[in-house]
Amino acid sequence: MKGKLACAVLMAPFFVLLVTVFLIPTGTAIWLSFFAADQPGLGFGPESTVFVGLRSYAAVLSDPTFLNGLGTVVLYCVLYIPLMVVGALTLALLLDSGVAKLRSWAQMSLYLPHAVPGIIAALIWLYLYTPGLSPIIDLFAQADIEINFLGINTVLPSIVNIALWSNLGYNMVIFYAALQAVPREVLEASVVDGAGPVKQAVRIKAPLVRGAIVTVGIFTLIWALQLFTEPVLLSQSTPMISARFSPSMYIYDAAFTRNNYGLAAAASVVLLAFTVALSFGVTRWTNRKAA
Amino acid sequence: MTLLGRTTVNVVVGIAVLYTLLPVMWLVLAATKNVDALFNSDLFGGFSLVENVKNLFAMDKGLYGRWYLNSLLYAVIGAAVSAFISIAAGYAFDKYAFRHKEKLFGLVLAAVMVPQTVLALPLYLMASGAGLVNTFWAVFIPALFNPFGVYLGRIFAQGYVPDEVLEAARIDGAGDLATYFKVAFRMLGPGMVTLFLFQLTTIWNNFFLPMVMLSDQLLYPVSLGLYQWNSSATVSPEYYPVVIMGSLFAVLPLILAFMLLQRFWKAGMTAGAVK
Repeated sequence: MKGKLACAVLMAPFFVLLVTVFLIPTGTAIWLSFFAADQPGLGFGPESTVFVGLRSYAAVLSDPTFLNGLGTVVLYCVLYIPLMVVGALTLALLLDSGVAKLRSWAQMSLYLPHAVPGIIAALIWLYLYTPGLSPIIDLFAQADIEINFLGINTVLPSIVNIALWSNLGYNMVIFYAALQAVPREVLEASVVDGAGPVKQAVRIKAPLVRGAIVTVGIFTLIWALQLFTEPVLLSQSTPMISARFSPSMYIYDAAFTRNNYGLAAAASVVLLAFTVALSFGVTRWTNRKAA
Repeated sequence: MTLLGRTTVNVVVGIAVLYTLLPVMWLVLAATKNVDALFNSDLFGGFSLVENVKNLFAMDKGLYGRWYLNSLLYAVIGAAVSAFISIAAGYAFDKYAFRHKEKLFGLVLAAVMVPQTVLALPLYLMASGAGLVNTFWAVFIPALFNPFGVYLGRIFAQGYVPDEVLEAARIDGAGDLATYFKVAFRMLGPGMVTLFLFQLTTIWNNFFLPMVMLSDQLLYPVSLGLYQWNSSATVSPEYYPVVIMGSLFAVLPLILAFMLLQRFWKAGMTAGAVK
């Protein structure tokens, strides 16, 4: 009996938070998505909230700006996630090979961008993309190459670059830690069997850290689907990013610029369902491949 | 390995290091320059480091100092309280048995998946109903919630606090709560530091929630403040050196924290990845 009380006391603060800042808001988002503010005739008199069923969902799913945003974020994931996973894993394997010099120094440098807040990483790169400010653009100009990082076709890769720069080192450290846990006997056995260092890395080590690869992949996916900070900042400097560039920006725009809570809530639920479905899909797919 | 192989490995790692370091070095260099040198890409001219620092803290009646203090309050206190709450819950998940425990834990893990943008509107409406919109608490309270911290807390409790120690304390007649605070809590110290660091980074990075909740500039954290100054810079360029200097100052505390507490975050990340 006493044990139960202690358990409840230790868990209570967390569960109060779970209910107030997670369960109730999630429920509220779903609830709101079925209602809309009904403006009385001439815009006078009190506003009333009426049940509209799935009308907001129909509005969201037939809104080309929302579907475009969803398309943008999918394209962003397709560019970003493979680059991130392959890049971080390659660096981890190189550092783990024992050949790389100044290993801990290299790790610290690679990890450094993760200590740079997202908005500031975006600011740094925005300035490196801005003509006049950017030494990169000057360098290209000296070679007579004119480059516009914020043009219609380059703006998404430019955002991918910011995210990659911020998170590459962080994920590399996770992979490196997992690689360090690979039993040395397994590696010695593969050397005896005649595997060279490259073959050993690709055929032996990489499959042994599958767990870490899946974890990193899913977390990267969940974060990527929320794309907001970088495009919002870049939108201050380029007309190529509209106020509804990504689903998260669409939600912000609907809720706080257009004050259409029903629409914002419906878009939120769609984004949530999309995130959950993709995460489960990836988990199922990787589990099946393992079996 | 062949010499060619060794060289390739070091060249690739070297390029990656340059990729991650150069933008930060550009920030440091740019922070020392005045507007003219900045726009002429004059790499070493127009040195005005001291001037830039003075301007940063004088701009708009010293708003930056205020933002910095806010960020420190949100992040340091928030991360400490959050780590304390998460680790207690993680410990309880590991050491106690109760009905539907694993289902409840599944719910905690599911919370990791939910985008912040989904929760923002309802949180705003709730805060609005409670009269908390545009106050310190509107940003502070939601940031305490860290479901991933509970997951890590459970792993730490499993690894650092042997059941025999708890059994021994029980035989000595200590109550469960006393055992937690006097015995287990100390063993969980390194885990606490890890969770503190994780949440410190998250809250210091926090941008979306403050943007939704706050309209009073005096309550802004650094992230939101710099965002606003950057939009001013597109109209009046004298803001550029201040935004750059402000960014440099905003990066320092986290870099310092990570350097000082290196071994803790590495331990924490490993625990999260290997499981």
